[in-house]
Amino acid sequence: MMTALLVVLVLAALWASMTTPLLRAALALALTSAMLAVVMFSLGATLAAVIELSVCAGLISVVFVSVISLTQRRPFKEYLARRRARLRRLWPLPVVLLALGIGLSFVRAPVQIALPLPATDGDVRTVLWNLRQLDLFGQILILLAGVFGVLVLFKKEAKDGD
Amino acid sequence: MAIEIPQSFWLYFIFFALLLVDGLWCMLATRNLVRILIGVEILMKSVTFLLIVAGYFSGRMALAQALVITVIVIEVVVVVVVAGVILGLFRKHDSLDVENTRQMKG
Repeated sequence: MMTALLVVLVLAALWASMTTPLLRAALALALTSAMLAVVMFSLGATLAAVIELSVCAGLISVVFVSVISLTQRRPFKEYLARRRARLRRLWPLPVVLLALGIGLSFVRAPVQIALPLPATDGDVRTVLWNLRQLDLFGQILILLAGVFGVLVLFKKEAKDGD
Repeated sequence: MAIEIPQSFWLYFIFFALLLVDGLWCMLATRNLVRILIGVEILMKSVTFLLIVAGYFSGRMALAQALVITVIVIEVVVVVVVAGVILGLFRKHDSLDVENTRQMKG
């Protein structure tokens, strides 16, 4: 079951990188996020799965669709020409991925990573709020940097004399 | 004392490698800025996936989830700011070609 989920995850990512219409690529990326959320849920990471689903599959897809709709005005002939050129560049990708997957599955590398014994792995809320407080400060700073970045990007140019 | 990673970790690692190669190829095979951003997103998905798998096998899922939440926040900010840059470049050059970024100043 898990292998099937992982195969669908990789296929969705492959679709996102190979399809020519950008809008379809954004939808495929949302599907990739949704499949990743399902995989996370299956592995027991429920809170991260919910955030992945709502933020990555939801919010980021909205941002992508907005950017694409604001920037797409291409005649159909040009679109067809671009699609042919794009397929020429991308046709080896599924072959490479298939060969890599089959090759790696035959490698059977001995996994001997020695990790220290897990500390008492509490609730994710306890870890996030009590043990990883610096991460929260970092997140707040990154969010503020993003807000200021967007404000600067969309700032109207000052007129002469202002 | 240490814990041994089971052999089934290799299965997850293979799929991580496939996602990584897919994202890198998506970034390298195009000149379209939106598509490069999609490639970056696929790369970040692969990193998120590996973090969760590492948490699952090491028994530290709570820590892994805390790190994944941080990665998701960074991902959102990167996407929003780069989307703003892409819109700005499109308004100036009427094109999404990555070559336009060479003319950026300041």
